[in-house]
Amino acid sequence: MAIDTMRPCGDYRTSYKADQTIFQTRLTMLICVAAVVALCFAPFFFSRYVLSLFIQIGYLGIAALGLNILVGFSGQISIGHAVFFGFGGFASAYLADKGVPVPLAIVLAGMWTTVVGLIFGLPAARVKGLYLAIATLAAQFILQDFFVRAEWFTGGTHGAMAAPFTLFGYDLSSDDKYFYVVLFFVVIMYLGATNLMRSRDGRALIAVRDHYLSAEMMGVNLAKYRTMAFGISSFYAGIGGALYAHYVGFMSVEGLDILFSIQFLGMIIIGGLGSIMGSLMGTIFMVLLPEATGWLASALSGSAIDQMLHLKDGITYLREMLIGAAIILFLIFEPDGLAHRWRQIKAYWKLYPFSF
Amino acid sequence: MQSQLLLQLIINGLIIGTLYGVVGMCFVLIYKASQVVNFAQGEFLLIGAWTCWWLLTAWNIPFFWGFLIAVVFMMAFGMAVQMVILRPLIGEPIISVIMVTIGMSIFFQALMKWMFGTFAQPFPPIFPVEKVDVLGLQVQTAYLMSTGVSLAIMAGFAWFFKYSKMGLAMRATAFSQQVAQSLGISVRQVFALSWGISASVSAIAGVVVGIVNGVSSALSYFGIKVFPAVILGGLDSIFGAVVGGLIVGLLENLGQYVDSQFLKWGNLYEIIPFYALIIILMIKPYGLFGTRDIERV
Repeated sequence: MAIDTMRPCGDYRTSYKADQTIFQTRLTMLICVAAVVALCFAPFFFSRYVLSLFIQIGYLGIAALGLNILVGFSGQISIGHAVFFGFGGFASAYLADKGVPVPLAIVLAGMWTTVVGLIFGLPAARVKGLYLAIATLAAQFILQDFFVRAEWFTGGTHGAMAAPFTLFGYDLSSDDKYFYVVLFFVVIMYLGATNLMRSRDGRALIAVRDHYLSAEMMGVNLAKYRTMAFGISSFYAGIGGALYAHYVGFMSVEGLDILFSIQFLGMIIIGGLGSIMGSLMGTIFMVLLPEATGWLASALSGSAIDQMLHLKDGITYLREMLIGAAIILFLIFEPDGLAHRWRQIKAYWKLYPFSF
Repeated sequence: MQSQLLLQLIINGLIIGTLYGVVGMCFVLIYKASQVVNFAQGEFLLIGAWTCWWLLTAWNIPFFWGFLIAVVFMMAFGMAVQMVILRPLIGEPIISVIMVTIGMSIFFQALMKWMFGTFAQPFPPIFPVEKVDVLGLQVQTAYLMSTGVSLAIMAGFAWFFKYSKMGLAMRATAFSQQVAQSLGISVRQVFALSWGISASVSAIAGVVVGIVNGVSSALSYFGIKVFPAVILGGLDSIFGAVVGGLIVGLLENLGQYVDSQFLKWGNLYEIIPFYALIIILMIKPYGLFGTRDIERV
């Protein structure tokens, strides 16, 4: 979780154990813990609107992390992440409707989505690269079609109601309480991913990404790990989707289109492929980008630019365009994403007089 | 009545299929020449059709000239896209290249919606008669034109790659970029030109579809429908793209027949190519005519 450059200079690691620690120094650990503790006080200081942004970043961040495990760590592209996010939401709403307690329903929905993800990940055992990308594109359309059709599961085009989040009889569905639920899941899921990458399975995924032939010769089962990456990524997407469903209280097919999938891809590209904290940074960027567009448009309303471009009518399109433009510009100018930029900033401060 | 409907659907399937084939060819052209999977192919159709529509309605230019200007514009546009956006990405991993075309796709789609609105706009009438009687079946004139144009484009492609110097240079580049470069072929020019040709031919298809269905952002859906076609035919085979396009066109219309007669699901028509796609990837990932990659260490 910590990033390399916050260490004193020189590399003093002498054992694998030291190499594999989550927090390389006591300071980084303190900073991370302090950040989480500070966030715990956020509901007392911020308005409902800011909290809703935090919550949005939370559940999207979890799903984006899942996609980053698939794309950034195991090197497979998925253009259908939104439908797994949606599946998690529908599954959780369905389970809660059948009487399962909501916290349990969220976890079960994650597992259910894992199974679906594994099924659609099966082609990964056989094809790779762009063929796989196209297979996931098919998954996007097939599942989207399924959501419209399966009325028993999703309520068809009308959507499904998701029960509010309650724990031991306490209603936690209001923004300031749900914030803690999302924060809890974010911390658990991000720690889980960090730990996954320290295990044999995580290293195997990276090996498959970097050079799959060598990985295979080292005894890594390619088919298993490629499919497994789909499973893990769907689990994260499912949890994220379930959190979304119980936050909004309603889950519908609308919005689960390919644009949403691309938004997830945009998040991890902007944040940094193969960086766990990068997933969160990218999500923050992607959540704030439409908001910032909105602020900009309202600031410009009435001016000459507004009259020329009709910003008010075009704001949805402007947002989509900015998402596309952000993806293109980041890929051309900063392919390693915000995580890399952040590392450079820290290196600059550390090496200050000698940095160039 | 049943067989009449079936026949009508088969004819429709073949006509739509040739269009898929043309767009598939453009897609394969880019893939072969520059190893880029272009997720923005549908947007080329969209931009081309809107340009032509705009020239015809806002400037009252005769159809022939409007069409020609749109095609030339798209040629320049395709080249510009290659030079500005894709050239810096040469040598980057495949994920980046795919993502950049996806980014382009949503950027241009949103731009077109912003500029021209979300509603389908009809072309001004171009042909004196809407429908023609062919063998007792009603066929739209525009469809007839589209089949003619598509066949002409296919013949043109065949000639271009077989006999023209630039076409040979393109094939050489597709075969091996290093060898082509050492023989004095400008690989940059080949890349730019392949994008230009692909964009302009896609624009032709876009205009043809626009004449029949009206121009709307639904056109960009063609760019996605093309994936089943090219995967079926093999990603790097131009002939395969045509065959794949025909099969997908037929499959869609037969799906519609089965749906309307027996299943009553409602939208099997739209979704069946994707089921076919998954099945093909499981059985024969390199398609009917694609070359199998063999990797050696």
